[in-house]
Amino acid sequence: MRHLLSTRDLDRDTAIGILDVAEDMAQTADRQVRKLPPLRGKTVVNLFFEDSTRTRLSFESAAKRLSADVITVVAKGSSVSKGESLKDTAQTLAAMGADAIVVRHHDSGAAHQLAHAGWLDATVINAGDGTHEHPTQALLDAFTMRSWRFGTASRGRDLSGLRIVIVGDILHSRVARSNVWLLTTLGAQVDLVAPRTLLPHGVEHWPVTVYEHLDDALATRCDAVMMLRIQAERMRDAFFPSTREYALEWGLSAERLARLSPDTMVMHPGPMNRGLEISSAAADSRRSTVLSQVTNGVSVRMAVLYLLVSGSGSTAGAE
Amino acid sequence: MTGLVIRGAALLGEHVEDLRVRGGTIVARGSLVPESGERVIDARGLIGLPGLVDLHTHLREPGGEASETVLTGTRAAASGGFTALHAMANTSPVADTAGVVEQVARLGDVHGYATVRPIGAVTVGLGGEQLAEIGAMARSAARVRVFSDDGQCVHDPLLMRRALEYVATFDGVVAQHAQEPRLTIGAQMNEGTLSGELGLAGWPAVAEESIIARDVLLAQHVGARLHICHLSTAGSVDVVRWAKARGIAVTAEVTPHHLLLTEELARSYDPRFKVNPPLRRNEDVLALRAALGDGTIDIVATDHAPHPTEAKECTWGEASFGMVGLESALSVVQDAMIDTGIITWADLARVLSSTPAAIGRLEGYDRPLEVGSPANITLIDPNYSRVWSVEHLSGRSTNTPYLDRQLPGRVLYTVHNGALTVDDGVLTEPAALAAAHQEISRG
Repeated sequence: MRHLLSTRDLDRDTAIGILDVAEDMAQTADRQVRKLPPLRGKTVVNLFFEDSTRTRLSFESAAKRLSADVITVVAKGSSVSKGESLKDTAQTLAAMGADAIVVRHHDSGAAHQLAHAGWLDATVINAGDGTHEHPTQALLDAFTMRSWRFGTASRGRDLSGLRIVIVGDILHSRVARSNVWLLTTLGAQVDLVAPRTLLPHGVEHWPVTVYEHLDDALATRCDAVMMLRIQAERMRDAFFPSTREYALEWGLSAERLARLSPDTMVMHPGPMNRGLEISSAAADSRRSTVLSQVTNGVSVRMAVLYLLVSGSGSTAGAE
Repeated sequence: MTGLVIRGAALLGEHVEDLRVRGGTIVARGSLVPESGERVIDARGLIGLPGLVDLHTHLREPGGEASETVLTGTRAAASGGFTALHAMANTSPVADTAGVVEQVARLGDVHGYATVRPIGAVTVGLGGEQLAEIGAMARSAARVRVFSDDGQCVHDPLLMRRALEYVATFDGVVAQHAQEPRLTIGAQMNEGTLSGELGLAGWPAVAEESIIARDVLLAQHVGARLHICHLSTAGSVDVVRWAKARGIAVTAEVTPHHLLLTEELARSYDPRFKVNPPLRRNEDVLALRAALGDGTIDIVATDHAPHPTEAKECTWGEASFGMVGLESALSVVQDAMIDTGIITWADLARVLSSTPAAIGRLEGYDRPLEVGSPANITLIDPNYSRVWSVEHLSGRSTNTPYLDRQLPGRVLYTVHNGALTVDDGVLTEPAALAAAHQEISRG
């Protein structure tokens, strides 16, 4: 594996390999000295055309814990916001000797182009491209589910037998896409819930079951409910009439929370809109994994960087 | 050189006969003996076609000279076997006045590679609000007969009705870019399962089909003719077929790329495959081929859309829509339509020459390769096959979607008004071409 661009082209064994290395990385977080040496002398560039404090900090700390030199470029105020093309930015970074580029971009396919257009030679890690994919988010979600379900016996396991319900703006969500491919590759059953306006055309060909009403999806037991962030501007574009109606129909209210089975996780990739897609009762409940998702994010990103950049990554798989 | 004899070509792919060209006109056809001083082209094994006519070319001049000019675009046309083209109005300034269209037409005449017929804008500045000076453009020296806001849809139904009526007054035709704008906000590729997977905003077929349905009904209501640009979906074919069955005066074009390429190419996120309307499903490609075969679709038009390198070396979302197509059109149509057995060479001459000329009211193409017709002739080697590369492009831009694809056929000679614009596969240089035209006009 040379790049991590999507979960669509990740096979089961590669995915489990990443999650297992992430387990190792998580253990190092308990040590007194948390810094590991494998990326010493390597340069990791975080190239964020779209700011995302959460993902950027997660990648930065992951790379730093592996002793990499880390450069972060955020588009706002830099040359990339002054009309410099993706190609020129990429070639500049290549000339500076970047070994890996972690890229977040508002356009779908940007990471794919960086990896394949021949502009540079570095390893490319997709930190979210438009409405396409966000593979490390899906990996950290899978890691979180596996830990929740299997605890210390997680290693080597997939997610067979788990039922995951993903709720919200599937149409515009790279998190949903990456999770659909990864979780189903890992053997989980994935159900999507959204009003039709927020479902992609052709979703009936995805390896999922689609529900239009949240209560129908929650009528049977599930292992995790993943609530996606709803952007208020969707309302103006007539995807739904009002935030009130959205919260009523598709929000994880206290009342719906109470009906969940005691061992069901409540997940959210953040940042949350409390009172819209998720109630405070749900966000703050003991079954909420929102904060452990953040912690696990660092472990998973360490694993990805280690496997792709250290040169010791022998994991077979796509790309 | 007092004239030209073309020997042994299979004319329209049918009978092997010789042609004699004098003073810009075909003067004899049959078994001919060369006379002294005549240039003889040995065309055995070649197919003789009338010069091709493109109804949909973006020449970019004025305003977009970084990507194409009238000179470079007509050179690209000649190398693809075209002798006439219709230049779209979305230049800067927009071709919405007699002054702009006359200038574009004149540049075509000056360079001599192809007849340039300007298309006039339907609305001022392509703004979709106020009719452009259609009468002035029609009566100008450019004698504009095709009007289009291509790139933009004339989406206001009342304005479209008025445009159809007003253009009909001048024996013109409105060429509609059928795209309901509200259904295609931010659209990047065909809407379907693949767009959902790739996370690229969808351009649904219904956004094209609903406009075509509305416009054929409007054309019927006001008794005007209507032309549909770059029809791209199976549903659009159904609508046009229905309209023709009702006797509505609608004609339709398909681009070469929509006859060959599918949306699957978007998987690469390579912006060379970004075009408007977008590449569609394989079912659509097959429906378009069948429709061109049975006459539901009248013509092939290139929608040659040159863009500078930087407009394609960027993310898919940032990239411009469009592909160059003049140089590759004949090869692509041979690949998609002839080599598949759907149409004959004579049919190709109809869909790429006589019918587009008729729609554009361009004279001289109604009796292809007949004695008395202007000498606009294309000779191609159908058995040639090549891997397409930028070396095969003659225009200023290189945004071709066919790189590394094996394509059949090759234009070896193009004759425009009696002068060779392409000679043995090589474009004639401007000075030599000007001299040749001068000699022809002196007689």
